[in-house]
Amino acid sequence: MLIATSAALFALGLLGVIVRRNVLVMLMCMELMLNGVNLSLVTFAQQTASAAGAVLVFLVFVVATAEIAIAIPIVLLLVRRKDVLDLDAYTDLKG
Amino acid sequence: MIETLLLWLFAGTALVAAALMLVLRHPMRVALALTATMLSLAGVYALLGVHVIAVFQVLIYVGAVMVFMVYAIMLLDVRDRSFTRRFSRLLVPGIAAALLFLAILAHGLWRALPGARRRGGRRALRLAAFLDRIPERVLAAFRARFGAAGRRGRGGAGRARSGTTASWITCRC
Repeated sequence: MLIATSAALFALGLLGVIVRRNVLVMLMCMELMLNGVNLSLVTFAQQTASAAGAVLVFLVFVVATAEIAIAIPIVLLLVRRKDVLDLDAYTDLKG
Repeated sequence: MIETLLLWLFAGTALVAAALMLVLRHPMRVALALTATMLSLAGVYALLGVHVIAVFQVLIYVGAVMVFMVYAIMLLDVRDRSFTRRFSRLLVPGIAAALLFLAILAHGLWRALPGARRRGGRRALRLAAFLDRIPERVLAAFRARFGAAGRRGRGGAGRARSGTTASWITCRC
């Protein structure tokens, strides 16, 4: 049941990253994907009675925190430039 | 009993809040839904006995990451077109891809469950038996192709060296 829940959380996060237009909402959906992965790691660690999954959860915590710490300032700089949160507006690199 | 009920409650709350993230308009409400998901997951971790991870989930994810996100949303507060038109052009392909992904995962979970073969009926039993025999057939074909070389190596020059194909074939793994 928990593995299915983690898969559903990951799928919902992936769907949110694909279909939502707001940059901040996309970042939050990426956090949701990481939470789904965390749940699967904890579930498998409990089932196999090993600590490796629990240790990897801390790695995911660190990666998620670093990702947000870098992504939010990037978003702030982008909004300062164009004053819009819609990701479709940022097409300057489009050929 | 009460632990099972609480587990279902927290898992259900996490899923409902995650689904709400996809439909809510304002980013602040999406952030609150994500906070609810994270708190529910912390409850799940506590019920599973990993209290350290539950505490760190609340401290780091809710206390640091989500607070940072909420501050960013408060500072930006830009009223733009993403508030009225929430979804991108990839809505239908995204839903199709997510459904396909869930179907593949569900199929994998179904096969992994111990009672899946009994529940699936005769057709599922035949399919499962066919799929299970594929590795044996591949190994038999490999032995038929290279087995003679392994036997010659063992008879002529003594035992086959470890790590060679012949030693792998003749090894009873």
